[in-house]
Amino acid sequence: MAEPVGVSAPVGAPLVLGIETSCDETGVGIVRGDRLLANVIASSMDEHARYGGVVPEVAARAHLEALTPALDAALARAGIALPEVDAIAVTSGPGLAGALMVGVGAAKALAVALGKPLYAVNHLVGHVGADLLTSSDGDDGETGETGGPLELPAIALLVSGGHTSLLLVRSLTDDVELLGETVDDAAGEAFDKVARLLGLPYPGGPEIDRAAAGGDPAAIAFPRGLTAAKDQERHRYDFSFSGLKTAVARYVEAERDAGRPVPVADVAASFREAVVDVLTAKAIRACADHGIPRLLLGGGVVANARLRELATARATDAGVLLRIPPLALCTDNGAMIAAVAARLIAAGHAPSSLGVGADSTLPVTVVQA
Amino acid sequence: MLLAIDTSAGTSVAMVDGDRTLAEAASADPRGHAEAIGVLIERVLRESGAVPDAVVAGMGPGPFTGLRVGIAAARAFAYARGIPVHGVCSHDGIAEGRTAPTLVVTDARRREVAWSVYRDGERVDGPHLASPEELPSVVEGYTALDRVDAVEVSAASLALVAARLLAAGRPTGPDQPLYLRAPDVTVPAGPKRVTG
Ligand SMILES: [Zn+2]
Repeated sequence: MAEPVGVSAPVGAPLVLGIETSCDETGVGIVRGDRLLANVIASSMDEHARYGGVVPEVAARAHLEALTPALDAALARAGIALPEVDAIAVTSGPGLAGALMVGVGAAKALAVALGKPLYAVNHLVGHVGADLLTSSDGDDGETGETGGPLELPAIALLVSGGHTSLLLVRSLTDDVELLGETVDDAAGEAFDKVARLLGLPYPGGPEIDRAAAGGDPAAIAFPRGLTAAKDQERHRYDFSFSGLKTAVARYVEAERDAGRPVPVADVAASFREAVVDVLTAKAIRACADHGIPRLLLGGGVVANARLRELATARATDAGVLLRIPPLALCTDNGAMIAAVAARLIAAGHAPSSLGVGADSTLPVTVVQA
Repeated sequence: MLLAIDTSAGTSVAMVDGDRTLAEAASADPRGHAEAIGVLIERVLRESGAVPDAVVAGMGPGPFTGLRVGIAAARAFAYARGIPVHGVCSHDGIAEGRTAPTLVVTDARRREVAWSVYRDGERVDGPHLASPEELPSVVEGYTALDRVDAVEVSAASLALVAARLLAAGRPTGPDQPLYLRAPDVTVPAGPKRVTG
């Protein structure tokens, strides 16, 4: 018999199952408080490769097929039975509408079937929540503790194929401010588009990284979007990558038109440098402007070695403590959504309404929908 | 005892015991599936006071985004309760109870309709897509069809279809959504030039 949703009052660290379907990864994660118990991710990336980018309908179809197997795998990994969970968490936005709705539909049915409360969580705040998670049982055995208490306030730079955002996080559950975001392409998208220009496959991030090895990052002076003095009033923390992408295209076309071989390694290295230069410079500047010596990275582009390297160097120079969650928690995943919900529960937040929808443009100030 | 869910048109949820509908709740909003689904399932469970031993899922055809919400919910509910989920073609629910030869027609967006033909209560053709203009010629081989243009699908009717098939020891189906159309994507040609 289904109990009314929201009646259970978890004591101690809540056991939360989180579902994430905002883009092309079907994520199911299980946490107990800040402790990571399972993080299962099924990606439809391969199905998008021939289109050169995520196709929303392809992603949504894949989510529907991947969800129950991912639930199964996550419960097995965590070693718990589904009825033991205290709450169901789900990404309600931002993201691809049709993809989000698969997760929302499934999460609501789980909550009702189990008589457990539902927490609808902001995807971007989830990326910040990923940093809370501690785990001592990595797949490769005892890898030691990661995560641990995240000291707030902190600046968060979230970079993926779907978003590029700079946040000021004062409280994970109640106070997240958007400092800036991309005004056109996401950084990951720029990597994909430039990879295509260079004839490299999708996804572009790792391909550009590979191609850039041995290239000279200073070979070509590509533009740094929104870094001019005139932009510092309105777009101090915003990003723009479409001008950079066009500049790379112009350069490549000019070389080809002149009958010269395109210096792929130099182009890739110079482009990558332009992206990570702007990302890290603006993030460090946000730390300095706000007097907050803590910077958190999140999102799939964190996989980029040069981004991590430059962020580390600049954070060290600026006296900023840099936090980078393990890569499996940087890419989109359900555990980060569960982690935020666990904090919401611990902070006494009421469950979300069963009538909550998916909101593809959910603002980051709305931690819980 | 069957919990039936269909989001191929609006959102419809029902609890059916044999041929008795214990509770039914629906929202006609053609875009509000994600909002409605949890509330309606909860209401039907509460009002019926019943414990389902299987879930019936309307598998379409219908607009993809909404259709998936119901299938995702049906699969997740069944998973949580450890009970089976039986897919049923949503057109079968529309045709349920009609013995005369029937043509079921629903909107498939993109200036197309989805259609199925029923005889003696059995689907004998479809679901397929057609343009509204070509539909009459496509089905002209079938004589004396009652045409039903449906804008809603009753989950209770869908449950009756499933109950009848299960009672007769016949398979329901399909297990997969009846999209009837590949994702609308084109493989990009090479990058466009930015310089003249
Ligand atoms: Zn993300």
